[in-house]
Amino acid sequence: MHIMEGYLPVTHAIGWTVASAPFLGYGLHRLSRWNRENPSGRLFLGACAGFAFVLSAMKIPSVTGSCSHPTGIGLGAALLGPFPMMVMGSFVLLFQALLLAHGGLTTLGANVFSMCVVGSLLAWGVHRTALSLRMPQGAALFLAAMLSDLGTYATTSFQLGLAFPATQGGVAASILKFALVFLPTQVPLAVSEGLLTVLVFNLLKSHLGEDSRFPTFHRRAVNCGAFSGQPNRVGEPVVEFDPMNSNGAAR
Amino acid sequence: MNAKTKNMLLAAGVVVLALTALLRVPAGKADVFGGTDDQAGAVIETLKPGYKPWFAPLWEPPSGEIESLLFGLQSAAGAGALFYALGYWRGRRTAAKGRDA
Repeated sequence: MHIMEGYLPVTHAIGWTVASAPFLGYGLHRLSRWNRENPSGRLFLGACAGFAFVLSAMKIPSVTGSCSHPTGIGLGAALLGPFPMMVMGSFVLLFQALLLAHGGLTTLGANVFSMCVVGSLLAWGVHRTALSLRMPQGAALFLAAMLSDLGTYATTSFQLGLAFPATQGGVAASILKFALVFLPTQVPLAVSEGLLTVLVFNLLKSHLGEDSRFPTFHRRAVNCGAFSGQPNRVGEPVVEFDPMNSNGAAR
Repeated sequence: MNAKTKNMLLAAGVVVLALTALLRVPAGKADVFGGTDDQAGAVIETLKPGYKPWFAPLWEPPSGEIESLLFGLQSAAGAGALFYALGYWRGRRTAAKGRDA
């Protein structure tokens, strides 16, 4: 999903940067407030960001005979809400743009939009919807991570199609062309990402303990026994949405 | 099915998916296991022949080895953070159990 450096026309490069900026700005704002209120949650955020670092560095072979990489955004976005992972994912992309010549500074806005903005929002939305349909946690996370991965690559196809319309068929034909490059390769990788996300969730859950609660970014909800070693005090905001303990029903 | 078996199956699923891909190397394909990002670049070339990128990366890894070093570094840092957290929580639970006993 990395659009290469210099491969988006100037207007598109600026447009996607402008589109991503408010999400990143708001993400940073939420992140810094949450960090102050909930310092012990940092470790959890670090674990989710670490997962994204690992997964987005892995070029995995696919049955189409091409290689591509998962994004790793889904786990953190589903469990913590969409905004923190927008920021964390952007760090990954910046690292790759500066040190790996993978993606680039002029295409950073577009890449942040596809992987971090669309990827996070999709993961979070799918996860919440799946839980509200009383799906088990594992299935909900699997779907969230898989669709977030595919959605990211679909967005990249859209961005490239918009920038390079085909002479015959225009933008739509071009989007289809790029989608045919990315998506068939991405399907098995998205399944792998879903499986790995559930695996790491299981590890987090078993290591944190059954009664652990995660701090979430939703509303002003904070917590939490799992990080502070203290039970929720009376009068503290109740965790509005608790992915770790929810057995399919979002409260 | 206990938790450990479940986790093993999840990991096995990922390995099987990647191995299936590796074992059926497409015959007569020019760019075997090339990256889709580069293939998208090739599609741009067909859509807009002669497109010249208007900006070049400020720095590029001087060789494939350096590039794989940096990719390795990225995933090592990520795995470090993830497993530091897991180890920390596990240790804290073990310690709490020890106090109760």
